[in-house]
Amino acid sequence: MARRQNAGGTFVVVLVPYLWLAALFLVPCLIILKISLSQTAIAQPPYTPVYDFAVGWAGFKEFISGLSFQNYSALAQDTIYLSSYLKSLQVAAVSTAILLVIGYPLAYGISRATGRWQALLVLLVILPFWTSFLIRVYAWITILQTDGLFNRALQALGIISAPVAWLASDTAVYIGIVYSYLPFMVLPLYASLQHVDDSLLEAAADLGCRRWKAFWKITVPLSLPGAIAGALLCFIPVVGEFVIPDLLGSSSSMMIGQTLWTEFFSNKDWPIAGAIAIVLLIVLVGPIAGFEFIRARDLKGR
Amino acid sequence: MRRVSFFNVVSLALGLAFLYLPIGILIVYSFNASRLVTVWGGWSVRWYLQLLEDAAIREAARISISIAFTSAVAATALGTMAALALARVGRFRGRTLFSAMIYAPLVMPEVITGLSLLLLFVALNLDRGFWTVTAAHTTLTMCFVAVIVQSRLASIDRSIEEAAMDLGCPPLRTFLTVTVPVAAPAIVAGFLLAFSLSLDDLVIATFTTGPGATTLPIRIYSDVRLGVKPEINAICTVMVSAVALMVIAASLVARLTDTRATKAAIAP
Repeated sequence: MARRQNAGGTFVVVLVPYLWLAALFLVPCLIILKISLSQTAIAQPPYTPVYDFAVGWAGFKEFISGLSFQNYSALAQDTIYLSSYLKSLQVAAVSTAILLVIGYPLAYGISRATGRWQALLVLLVILPFWTSFLIRVYAWITILQTDGLFNRALQALGIISAPVAWLASDTAVYIGIVYSYLPFMVLPLYASLQHVDDSLLEAAADLGCRRWKAFWKITVPLSLPGAIAGALLCFIPVVGEFVIPDLLGSSSSMMIGQTLWTEFFSNKDWPIAGAIAIVLLIVLVGPIAGFEFIRARDLKGR
Repeated sequence: MRRVSFFNVVSLALGLAFLYLPIGILIVYSFNASRLVTVWGGWSVRWYLQLLEDAAIREAARISISIAFTSAVAATALGTMAALALARVGRFRGRTLFSAMIYAPLVMPEVITGLSLLLLFVALNLDRGFWTVTAAHTTLTMCFVAVIVQSRLASIDRSIEEAAMDLGCPPLRTFLTVTVPVAAPAIVAGFLLAFSLSLDDLVIATFTTGPGATTLPIRIYSDVRLGVKPEINAICTVMVSAVALMVIAASLVARLTDTRATKAAIAP
């Protein structure tokens, strides 16, 4: 269409979403950066300096001189922030590993099913993703309560003798994250496993290669792009996760999403919340760039 | 024929049980007569009746559905345009930035998206409420629509469109009579995904909302923080059923139009 006439249509199709995203995604990111260099104030909005477009160039210079890196040095000095970042990275890394271990057999099973079953199984994995995130986390609160079904099942099986407090622990957070993010891991894995050519496995078998060895030498390397895509698709949002640790985790060691939330909503310290967000973005720039790279390569390969 | 091994069947059964058991338990317990969420007191619909009388919940549901519908319509329009720009317009200035802005929000932690949009609305001195949440949801969900529609457009044979234009069909008409019908399953799937993502969102809505615009997730979240209540099980069951019906309807519609396309479309 673009190569033809219709320059007007092309112009609209590019410009409208471009402007929308620039205004509501790019500009807000720059605003966070600016706020993170400001200072808290008891005012509305609760930070200074506030740039007034009416004051012109002199005002702009004054505005620039009002900015400072004070919030970033505060982040570095107080160990609460550092331990929140580390905790988030740890939770994200461990849950991504668990997701890979649980997701791989599931995706592999789907990819080995026959055509009609495959479509149904994919739908079954996606369906929970369409139901509310909050509902899925809430379901686990009921199950993991001290007098909940999980404890009663374990007691009935004789695995534990007295109820265990599962809620407000890291275990509960891991369960919640693995449960909520499983579709994000299974789908990219399935997409790459689906493209593993059966004839490669047959050739290996014909040449006397054992099944598990063929699996390690052929299937696993070919599914690596899917595994990396799935891992990034889970790791990145989990680092900034708020709802799951807030509802299932303990309040003694917070993840960075919770720390940001508290600074913003409870302490009303907008500049420090901005600085937390900027540092979080810097931490995540590597993984996000990796995700972009895989995606761009995927598109070219198609 | 592929051999389905015992191991595959077991891992599928365990995986699906893990995905569905918690939701199943939630649904069963919403029909529990006992006020205690953990004690079974026989079947009852009392929590659903109580729900019907709860004006605050009804109002929150109404607001959530209006926001979800409005933002899904806007996101479908914007996302489809963005998909056309990515799939049909060759090179243009700033394409890399454009595609980064489409894909980054998909993985961006919600707290950052929410905070950044709130700061924008404060800087613009806008009154926060229905429209700010709608705009925020549109921004996030249009990216999902763009990705779904773009993958569908990429798989469509362009020669059909070119044939139409070679035969003298004007571009806009070609778009409406050729491109839109073939991309329709993906556009519908994009709309539904946008709708359900908006209905689902807690974090971004909490940042961007204002007085008088308490959405259903915000409402549920504040209830859940106070403790588990059987009414919440009932709301959750209603929401899960609504979503399940929507997805089943969508897949039936899609089966009537094009089976292959939907699989690609529903799986983001």
